[in-house]
Amino acid sequence: MDKTWNNKAWFLVLPVLLLVGFSAVIPLMTVVNYSVQDTFGNNVFFWAGLSWFEQVLNSSRFHDALVRNLVFSLTILAIEIPLGIFIALNMPRKGWGVPVCLVLMALPLLIPWNVVGTIWQVFGRVDIGLLGRTLAAMGIDYNYATNPVAAWVTVVVMDVWHWTSLVVLLCYAGLVSIPDAYYQAAKIDGASRWSVFRYIQLPKMHRVLLIAVLLRFMDSFMIYTEPFVVTGGGPGSTTTFLSIDLVKMAIGQFDLGPAAAMSIIYFLIILLLSWIFYTVMTNYDARR
Amino acid sequence: MAKIELEHIKHSYLPNPVKDADLALKEVHHSWSDGGAYALLGPSGCGKTTLLNIISGLIRPSHGRIVFDGTDVTDLSTQERNIAQVFQFPVVYDTMTVYDNLAFPLRNRGVPQAEVDRAVRDILEMIDLADWSGRRARGLTADQKQKISLGRGLVRADVNAILFDEPLTVIDPHMKWVLRSQLKQLHHKFGFTMVYVTHDQTEALTFADKVVVMYEGEIVQIGTPEELFERPSHTFVGYFIGSPGMNVMPVKVEGAKAHLGSAVIDLPGAADTSRSRRLELGVRPEYVRLGRQGHPVHIRKVEDIGRHKIVRADLGGMEVAAILGEHDELPTDAHVSFDPAGINLYADSWRVDLGGQNG
Repeated sequence: MDKTWNNKAWFLVLPVLLLVGFSAVIPLMTVVNYSVQDTFGNNVFFWAGLSWFEQVLNSSRFHDALVRNLVFSLTILAIEIPLGIFIALNMPRKGWGVPVCLVLMALPLLIPWNVVGTIWQVFGRVDIGLLGRTLAAMGIDYNYATNPVAAWVTVVVMDVWHWTSLVVLLCYAGLVSIPDAYYQAAKIDGASRWSVFRYIQLPKMHRVLLIAVLLRFMDSFMIYTEPFVVTGGGPGSTTTFLSIDLVKMAIGQFDLGPAAAMSIIYFLIILLLSWIFYTVMTNYDARR
Repeated sequence: MAKIELEHIKHSYLPNPVKDADLALKEVHHSWSDGGAYALLGPSGCGKTTLLNIISGLIRPSHGRIVFDGTDVTDLSTQERNIAQVFQFPVVYDTMTVYDNLAFPLRNRGVPQAEVDRAVRDILEMIDLADWSGRRARGLTADQKQKISLGRGLVRADVNAILFDEPLTVIDPHMKWVLRSQLKQLHHKFGFTMVYVTHDQTEALTFADKVVVMYEGEIVQIGTPEELFERPSHTFVGYFIGSPGMNVMPVKVEGAKAHLGSAVIDLPGAADTSRSRRLELGVRPEYVRLGRQGHPVHIRKVEDIGRHKIVRADLGGMEVAAILGEHDELPTDAHVSFDPAGINLYADSWRVDLGGQNG
């Protein structure tokens, strides 16, 4: 049967298109514009073609930052996901403990990024920080300003402190949706604690875990504020992640062309990874 | 297989119960004999599921003891009690295959693989899912899932008892009938002690040797289906069993005569009812005779339900239901009388034994 099409309705999306145009497309286009031009100042621009892209893609500086960022993302995922599941499993299901735990869990999420950075920056300082001084007193060589390992540990622990709660809350939501009858049946069937986790709890958390992994991966891949406040990307460039490198290049060195090219490459990498995650998740849903 | 004794079991879901109304189970003192098939019948919220969960050990009773074959199991876990239970709504392990679901309770107990395989194949055959054994349980329909739940309850041959909590609610009527007959067969074959919770009286009456009727946290009567029908020991049993339920009419009693409004009815015997506050006469519609003798009534309504007719009559402001054969004529000037064999007297809802009846 032929439907009556009324294309006038398309006008209703016009305001949204305009807003998105102003807020996203036009700013992005200026970046595209910079990425294909060169300037020596005085607002005079020359056509540079794809040379900035070639330069960025071939630079070891970009490769190093990309590898550091991937290692960082995988590290925090490897810690936060199991830890989050573990905490969620051990949170109370009823009673006064529930609101207490939920508020405690939500607290780190409510703190602004740069405040988190400042907290850990002070906390870890060898001269006045509680953690830094304690570790120094114990004879451990911990100084995130000079020791790359200490800097990495600090940045990773900080991210774990800040974001594990998100994984916990998502998993907890999955866990509380399991009807009591499942646990009762498992008891009747003589299931071990591990079997209950493996066959009841994990399958029910599967979907929220995928979301948690996606969110945490994307967020950590774009991390900027916290390591910038704590280590500023140092010592040397050992904690310089992509976004920190990008800002250094664009605002520190005023290399607008390479910075714009890098922005676009960075953006495309994230777009690609998001697409992969999205495909994996929708395929998973389709198989259900 | 075991004899299960419940000794003065009381349970409350509140931490500090004070009133009787706080109790989900008021006091249950009863024993289930080894190999018996019991149906636990009662309306929603009467404590059936609570009692079942207490037997299986999912709930620890606030008060009382549970004894299996002379051993106190009150503090033992579900697993140590070795009980199978099937729940009202299907519980399947989504990520496992149908086969693994059924094998799960056996594997958890370290049963040898060959024995697991034999037991699972038997059950697959019984629940008619043999063709599905390799499939994941996830995509199955609700009644297939419930059959798996049922199968998991039946797969262990050595259990002390199998408890069913309204297991056939989500299954279609024909399959219900098939599964119920299979349960009965299994019961005859293996002699499990079976307790079957339901609120469907047909299910209870066809399944069980003995029916246990619960009402507001108490067992009000235990008996064969026939006893429940002929001699309901509580007015609730009278209402709940039979369709339509028993006629219950407030009366005044003097000796062996009951005064129902202006009508006087001869009781089969006399009883001392001086201490009771509320007296009621209970007569099943099957024992109400419509004719030209007795007490004049006004017919309100006749419901023809096929095999017989239900007549709703008005006896001095009281509604009385009577059953009339399919071809029986409704008398124009209708009177009712009550067959003495079907007259029961209730004092404060509980049946009073009237001399001269063997009940």
